[in-house]
Amino acid sequence: MFNRRLASILKLSLLSAVLVFTSNVFADPVKAAFVYIGPTGDHGWTYAHHKGVMHLKETMGDDVVITAVESVAENSDSERVITSLARKNDIIFTTSFGYMNPTLKVAARYPDVKFEHATGYKRADNLSTYQAKFYEGRHVLGKVAGLMTETNVIGWIASFPIPEVIRDINSAFLAAKSVNPDVEMKIVWVYTWYDPGKEADAATALIAQGADVLFQHTDSTAAMTIAEEKGIYAFGQASDMQVYGPNSQLTGIMNNWGPYYVERVQAVKDGTWTSADTLRGAKEGMVKFAPMRNMPNEVKQVASRAIIDLLTGAAHPFTGPINKQDGSPWLAEGETASIGELMSMMFYVEGIDSQFPN
Amino acid sequence: MNEGLFINIIIGISIASVPLIFAAIGELVVERSGVLNLGVEGMMIVGALLGFVVQFHTGNPFLAVLAAMLGGMVIASIFAFLTQLLLTNQVATGLALTLFGLGLSAFVGRAYTEVVIQRITSIHIPLLSDIPLVGPLLFSFNPLVYLSLFMVYLVWWFLFKTKQGLILRAIGDNHDAAHAIGHNVVRYRVMAILFGGAMAGIGGAFLSLVQVPIWGEGMTAGRGWIALGLVVFASWQPFRIIFGAILFGGISILQLHAQGFDITISAQYLSMLPYLATIVILVSLRIRLKNKTNRTVPNCLGRIFHSTT
Repeated sequence: MFNRRLASILKLSLLSAVLVFTSNVFADPVKAAFVYIGPTGDHGWTYAHHKGVMHLKETMGDDVVITAVESVAENSDSERVITSLARKNDIIFTTSFGYMNPTLKVAARYPDVKFEHATGYKRADNLSTYQAKFYEGRHVLGKVAGLMTETNVIGWIASFPIPEVIRDINSAFLAAKSVNPDVEMKIVWVYTWYDPGKEADAATALIAQGADVLFQHTDSTAAMTIAEEKGIYAFGQASDMQVYGPNSQLTGIMNNWGPYYVERVQAVKDGTWTSADTLRGAKEGMVKFAPMRNMPNEVKQVASRAIIDLLTGAAHPFTGPINKQDGSPWLAEGETASIGELMSMMFYVEGIDSQFPN
Repeated sequence: MNEGLFINIIIGISIASVPLIFAAIGELVVERSGVLNLGVEGMMIVGALLGFVVQFHTGNPFLAVLAAMLGGMVIASIFAFLTQLLLTNQVATGLALTLFGLGLSAFVGRAYTEVVIQRITSIHIPLLSDIPLVGPLLFSFNPLVYLSLFMVYLVWWFLFKTKQGLILRAIGDNHDAAHAIGHNVVRYRVMAILFGGAMAGIGGAFLSLVQVPIWGEGMTAGRGWIALGLVVFASWQPFRIIFGAILFGGISILQLHAQGFDITISAQYLSMLPYLATIVILVSLRIRLKNKTNRTVPNCLGRIFHSTT
């Protein structure tokens, strides 16, 4: 495991941050820092990053010194945290969309430090971006949801209206529709990444409105817990949430950041790091799936088929013909969406009834 | 809208409101005694953790709630010691208490992020709970929901119908005068602060025992601050706490359901609302105060009491 020592618990502001340092006695290791949006114990997004960081530590051992800051709010706080990290580190990973502009600003001030921003689209000579093709995962989950729903209502607990979230909703909806033409999607925006109480309220509201399969784009395990209690199905988010929903979790997307972190930190050590835009999916192993449970074999087969098609490149989740929500054509027959279009997607596809958030 | 959905919304609102009622009614007593404790969030989160931990180990909801109360009281006693005996600044101490509570619970709670507990279930009274509509709406809530309403009544009765309540209010309005006629200002205030801690503790435990049976760092997510606003919103009147909590909690639940019916209201406005409403009430109180028609704000609120005799 990860030999870490709690060097200090600094309460930096009302939205506090906790600094965790690892001990290291050997000379000349790469100093890598990570900024997390939530607590590592969220069992979701941040937990997945933290697992990647532990993988990095295990693989590189004494060649890396890791600093991680948890629960950093996506406001001016983050700029301050990133700045203070930039003074003492060689490479800094900022792991939430909202850190995009602060990271860009700090990167401009510290040209010798390497920066890596997850899920964003702004780059510089010393600022890379990396992103997983979660929409590939949602594509598989969407097929399962479409086949498993009995009420034909799929519920979605959405965090913030940003392209990543919109893209996932569209991908899952198209996949669900492809196996079940009657399927309907109810979307509730909670405008938070992490608030277990509110996530639970949203799950309860969706169930009351008929949803019997839940997706979430928030980071806690609250929705899975509620699904288990109410006896409906749900998907794990970012990590395997089986503990919380032994009878509810169908499968889930597991974010696998570890190999990427090793690759980038090693590149800093070797002096080969260059600014890049990395986008990897199921094929490259950045998006993995929790074991398929609580579903009949036929559904498992459909899901496995969908995964194989992604691995071989035989299928793309956004393959035309697809119209936008207002009925205007987007992709022609057989056409697939470009990376640029996917990264800036701010519209629902045809068939989703909900009003697009303003 | 069908009946099931309606009942669901009402239950949802009750679940969102109850933590606010508990935390606010405790803080109301504290502020009536002339003390401003900004540590509500910190006391709530410690209550949430302790309630969860005890429920996990014993499976006894009664002990869990008791532990949450005690946890809140322990954190509150730090505040009481610092502000009442060492006469520290109440605002700074309260803020420190919130940060301390959040950090401490996150640290201690690490071992409990991977477990699930048995949720405290709602009651079911034979016959009464089965009456259509009325049953679910009057006789089928969680026991803590009824307790929160009872506590509001109890606080009202204590403050306005008992001698001790009168003394407590007198201390809040003029601690020097109360001291001069022989009342023990510090003792009353310490008791009030401890009561506030106990209530905040239950409020927090409601989140981890009823709303969602998991423990998550920082799961109070600002509800302590809303409770503080709520006390002002209620202009320090116990029963108005219920009204305010239903308003603040109701908005958040109705907004989630409204999205299902495709009615979208900008979330930013909604999250502003509790604080905006509090500011409006503060301004209107100030105007009324200027006209000297009503003096609702405890006069000694936040002021340090130092007896020289």
